[in-house]
Amino acid sequence: MLQWVAQIVSAALVVAFLVFFVRNVLRAAQVRGLSLSFDFMSQAAGFDLPESPISYTPADSFGRAFLAGLLNTAKVAVVGVVLATIVGTMAALARLSSNWLVARLASVYIESIRNVPLLVQLFFWYFAVYQQLPPVRESIVWPGPIYLSQRGLYTVAPVPTANLLTWLGFVAAGLILAVAAHVVLMRRQMRTGQDTHYALISFLLLVALPAAGWFLVGDPPLLTDEPVLGKFNFTGGLRLTPEFAALLTGLVVYTGAFTAEVVRAGIMAVSRGQFDAARALGLSSGQTLRLVVMPQALRVIIPPLISQYLNLTKNSSLAVAIGYPDVFFVGRTVINQAGRAVPVFAMVMAVYLVASLATSALMNVVNKRIQLVER
Amino acid sequence: MTTTHSAVLRPPAAPGPLEWLRKNLFSTWYNTVLTLLAAWVAVSGVRSILGWVFFTANWSPVAGSLKLFAVGQYPLDQIWRPGAIVLIITLLAGASWRIFGGTVRTFALALALALLVAGLLPVRMNLGLRLWFLANPILTGAGYLAGGLRLVRTRGLAVAWALTFPVTILLLLGFKDSAWLPRVATGVWGGLLLTFLLAVVGITASFPIGVLLALGRRSKLPVVKTMCILFIELVRGVPLVTILFMASIILPLFLPEQIRIDRVLRAMTGMTLFAAAYMAENVRGGLQSIPRGQEEAAKALGLNGFQTMALIVMPQALRAVIPAIVGQFIALFMDTTLAVIVGLVEILAIGRIVLNSRTDWLMLDSEVFLFIAVVFWVFTFSMSYASRRLEAALGVGKR
Repeated sequence: MLQWVAQIVSAALVVAFLVFFVRNVLRAAQVRGLSLSFDFMSQAAGFDLPESPISYTPADSFGRAFLAGLLNTAKVAVVGVVLATIVGTMAALARLSSNWLVARLASVYIESIRNVPLLVQLFFWYFAVYQQLPPVRESIVWPGPIYLSQRGLYTVAPVPTANLLTWLGFVAAGLILAVAAHVVLMRRQMRTGQDTHYALISFLLLVALPAAGWFLVGDPPLLTDEPVLGKFNFTGGLRLTPEFAALLTGLVVYTGAFTAEVVRAGIMAVSRGQFDAARALGLSSGQTLRLVVMPQALRVIIPPLISQYLNLTKNSSLAVAIGYPDVFFVGRTVINQAGRAVPVFAMVMAVYLVASLATSALMNVVNKRIQLVER
Repeated sequence: MTTTHSAVLRPPAAPGPLEWLRKNLFSTWYNTVLTLLAAWVAVSGVRSILGWVFFTANWSPVAGSLKLFAVGQYPLDQIWRPGAIVLIITLLAGASWRIFGGTVRTFALALALALLVAGLLPVRMNLGLRLWFLANPILTGAGYLAGGLRLVRTRGLAVAWALTFPVTILLLLGFKDSAWLPRVATGVWGGLLLTFLLAVVGITASFPIGVLLALGRRSKLPVVKTMCILFIELVRGVPLVTILFMASIILPLFLPEQIRIDRVLRAMTGMTLFAAAYMAENVRGGLQSIPRGQEEAAKALGLNGFQTMALIVMPQALRAVIPAIVGQFIALFMDTTLAVIVGLVEILAIGRIVLNSRTDWLMLDSEVFLFIAVVFWVFTFSMSYASRRLEAALGVGKR
């Protein structure tokens, strides 16, 4: 009985709150002439974006501006995730190294980065590093060549030619053969106990076929487009704007430190006995890591790693503070221009919610896989 | 019985420094290469950083704006008010040191020492400020002595700490038309003061809300449960910037026009709601770690539902997740910087203002942002140190 009363009271409270909020919004909409509909999305936006992966001009619609922002978020998130994984894994291995000095250096990096707010780091990278690079004429040149200047980072861009598709065929063939060889030879090694060098052979296949293909297709499938210093600026090549470069550097350095701790925790979760037993069975240290430690460590690593990836994506919204036009930046600009705060905001939040729901779905799948492996 | 070993076998002696070097740095050829490379990186890095800090860097924007960094635009003639709050805190810290000891002692001492050193610095400083610095360690000592009195007990101290918060707010805000304590609008609160206020409000308010949300999520009432799950997942699914932005732009639309919420308070609301959702998940994790038997035993002893939760389950659940909660507090403290984006002038915003205030300071971003980074690092590092000590003291993972 009491349960029922509580149910009804709580439901009534929730409904009352919702009615209160919705009425206020509707009244505010009426009084201030705000519209709650999405019809403005097809109107001309009227503002420019500093950068966009798709062609965009102020004459394009709000919808297209929003799409450009979305793609910018995706761009920094994807590149950031890949680089942060590499940085994090290297830092974790360094921190676990038996070399005292290397381990100290890695822990100084991890502990100092984790204890300073990301926004402070982003400001540092943007205002103190990328904004203070020399002017274009006095660019810093790194091997590559990579040119660093106030205009951002210029480097060589790959340009596809007509032969690219044929060559990609070679790459695919190499990949398929490598996997096949790996599976077949490993099975044979397990059956007969004789070393078939499966790892070496499949690696060679993976490298050799694309390499052979490069020369067999005739003209090279990819040409390089080097940036050339013109009168005022570079032309050609691949350009990263200072905003993108600062955001990417900040996110990678920050998330890398967190990823390092995730990876380290995973490796440390594998008990010492597993190393010793693998070595006692005669596995080499590489084999121990690859066949015994890593499969067990990955179970511990993957779930928190995925949530680090999600954090990186959400943290990319700090782009707004340094002027990189990500989805939040575009959303805020649209609100300033069109004044449709509620619908625009619903869209921005929906983007992040979809990303995080997709991530939790992925996490569930991964957790299921991991459980299946468990004995 | 034949004794083949006449001498008792001793454990191997601790390795000497040379042996240690050989084992940890030069065990194999590639380790040697790695060590030399790392040593080169470390030495050249430290050398260039030290050289920059002591010779190249121009610290005048930091040294010339310490008041701004500390309290923002808070009026200079009212600056004794935040000063008085620090005095109250050092006094209470002294008393807590006497009563709790342990980690609290470390902190009370560190705080008093830092302020003492600041007061003794041989730089030009006005007399009032110097006296204020020196009064702090004296008050810590006074607090330590007072802590021995019978009058001051654990409970009294807890009440005093709890009262500090409302007193702080009232003292900072003041009263309308008061000659002695004139109103200071929140718009001019800034710097480290605002950073701390945002963090303390966020932490204290998010904790009870988070506990309630966690309980709601485990509730048997479907409406309550659904609402709690929706709130938690919605908030955790979006970045803090969007929540802050919503609190500052959209929240006013959701409220009747008569209610006008102050900008600082709006940011605090956003911060609190955000932190509460994460807190709820931490507490839920703790609740899940408590075996059902605890609850059943409590019921069997005749405790009602509320008593079971408040006296048996919750204390154990919270103890289990202390590391996670402290980690979240640290994250919240660092997240206060995002208030910059909705226009509050906490310490990071002050940094930008200072840089743009004079043309010869325009390019000194490295100095200013490094200073802010170090300030944050000192506080977050001491919080995580405290958390480790607390874990050890409470025996997390040992019982």
